[in-house]
Amino acid sequence: MSLQKAKQEATAAQLTAVSVPDGAGWLTSLREDALKRVHTMGLPSRRDEYWKYTRPDTLAAADVTPAALFENDETPMFDEIDRLKVVFVDGVFDADASDDLAGENLTIERLVDVAKADIHWAKDLYGALELAGQTPVERPLAAYNTAMATDGVVIRVTGAVSRPVNLIHKHLDTTSDAILHHVVKVEEGASFTLLENGPAAARFNSVLEVDIADKAAFNHVRTQGRDHERRVATHLFTRLGEESAFKSFTLTANGVLTRNECVIELTGDNAIAHVAGACVGEGDFHHDDTVFITHDAVDCESRQVFKKVLRNGATGVFQGKILVKPDAQKTDGYQISQSLLLDEDSQFLAKPELEIYADDVACSHGSTTGAIDEEGLFYLRARGVPKDIATDLMTLAFLAEAVEEIEDEALADEILARLESWLERRRG
Amino acid sequence: MLEIKGLEVKLEDEDKQILKGVDLKVEAGKVHAIMGPNGSGKSTLSYVLSGRDGYEVTGGSATLEGEDLLELEAEERAAAGLFLAFQYPVEIPGVGNMTFLRTAVNAQRKARGEEELSAADFLKVIREKAKSLKIDADMLKRPVNVGFSGGEKKRNEILQMAMLEPKMCILDETDSGLDVDAMKLVSEGVNALRDEGRGFLVITHYQRLLDHIKPDVVHIMANGRIVKTGGPELALEVEKNGYADILAEIA
Repeated sequence: MSLQKAKQEATAAQLTAVSVPDGAGWLTSLREDALKRVHTMGLPSRRDEYWKYTRPDTLAAADVTPAALFENDETPMFDEIDRLKVVFVDGVFDADASDDLAGENLTIERLVDVAKADIHWAKDLYGALELAGQTPVERPLAAYNTAMATDGVVIRVTGAVSRPVNLIHKHLDTTSDAILHHVVKVEEGASFTLLENGPAAARFNSVLEVDIADKAAFNHVRTQGRDHERRVATHLFTRLGEESAFKSFTLTANGVLTRNECVIELTGDNAIAHVAGACVGEGDFHHDDTVFITHDAVDCESRQVFKKVLRNGATGVFQGKILVKPDAQKTDGYQISQSLLLDEDSQFLAKPELEIYADDVACSHGSTTGAIDEEGLFYLRARGVPKDIATDLMTLAFLAEAVEEIEDEALADEILARLESWLERRRG
Repeated sequence: MLEIKGLEVKLEDEDKQILKGVDLKVEAGKVHAIMGPNGSGKSTLSYVLSGRDGYEVTGGSATLEGEDLLELEAEERAAAGLFLAFQYPVEIPGVGNMTFLRTAVNAQRKARGEEELSAADFLKVIREKAKSLKIDADMLKRPVNVGFSGGEKKRNEILQMAMLEPKMCILDETDSGLDVDAMKLVSEGVNALRDEGRGFLVITHYQRLLDHIKPDVVHIMANGRIVKTGGPELALEVEKNGYADILAEIA
């Protein structure tokens, strides 16, 4: 039996009693289509090339592996920033904890509410970028999300939005299984910042579709909570119009399993897409950044910067691809993935790929893995800085190169300050 | 202040003896210079004293005000008052010069049971000291030594020395890579720190640094030992005749 057939049969068996959530108007047929796609693709298996370095079992299984809650008394992330809070608790919208869903130059609505409207802009977008992102590489967990997501918001941005929207993902139930699907449409010339923070659930499947029109800008800063045992699979799909800009940064500390996929399609000339991430993990920690950027227009720039600090048996994965289509001349593509291994038990697996069909492009990629610089460490110690503090200083400096990809200085400073305090706390 | 007795050191990874019994005593308030041909063990001596990995002490002792240096970690030696101005200051990308210095100053103060310096107080002190070394605000903000010229790196070393106020300063070929003006600036920085309570050990190939930083005692090191000790005139003799005469004399 072929691998594909075996996968389909296993998926059919697992999903035999599964049907899409009902009573959701136009969403129902989109969900049913997505579920059919899942059956055709099959849920991911260990033998899939795209899952070579990360085991998908616990992300795809019918049952959730419980995850303990992370108790802490820290100030919530982004608390200093004036923002519109949208709170989800274990994947369910919490109206009481959220702000009014209204803001200047934007509409924000719950997915379940807009599904009841006969005519709605989100109808043409829900699942559309996810579907486009299934080629050339299949992403069954994203299709599963489109089929099964029970909550989420749809946001339409019509002008410059000064107050960011903050999706806050709380995890209060040790066995929660959250599936959220958000859609963002940034209209021509509009600009918008989306913040996300929190672990969300014991297991979290998230899809974010972002359609960025000509001359529009979208900024995204995300932190994924610090619950050690939580598992998460995220997909961010985006399509960029002419002279538009997309910037996304993700900070991950802790979490037994994280797979963050980012699928970017540059479809308008002179567009810019930057995606970056910093992660710090130790012990039972597996963190995978998978990025696929397609250049399908002239004079576009893409940039990937990923940094991972690993110790005590942690594993980091980076799969990053830049695909330059035949007409995407003057493409400027850059990709760097680096790991800092603080001991010999940890590992970093990197698979950088370039596939270029245009002849007038500048693409570069690099990947490094290494220990802390001994010369630098000695220099700091010779000035009286104890070894553990010196190590943290250098660790923070290493991560800062990814954090600095965040355009907004206040946000970048907050992320750096958090990292610093976490390192300090770990030092005891 | 610094007392070294019969210090024998080999490389950790190789069976190669570098120091073969070094005896040296630097008193508080004095400047001692060590000169010597390449490969004589001068830099090794500075590294071993400051606690760098890769060396194995096979004999002898080194104490700072009676405290056994060789038993201490590098950072503990620094807190005890030892300072090495590096021949090749290390670049540390991403770590701001100012952050680095404040961390170092406060770590040392903490280790000595003193109160940490507030950000405002630190800023006041460093601005003043940086000014006399012609180190501008931009250099203080930049990552440690990254993109610094040779002269800037050495000035930065002296700034660190001035901020940390060590009891015993070792300068390892601080003149290398410096033009005449920079050497003058660096020397002025060092001279400003000369003090009755502070000892200096200046390692150099050339007499010219010693024109600016006038030594009380000059040692000649060769083949892992101090082979001759004298006054400032010894440095002039080396400058004039090279090491050959001295080495022949003691052979």
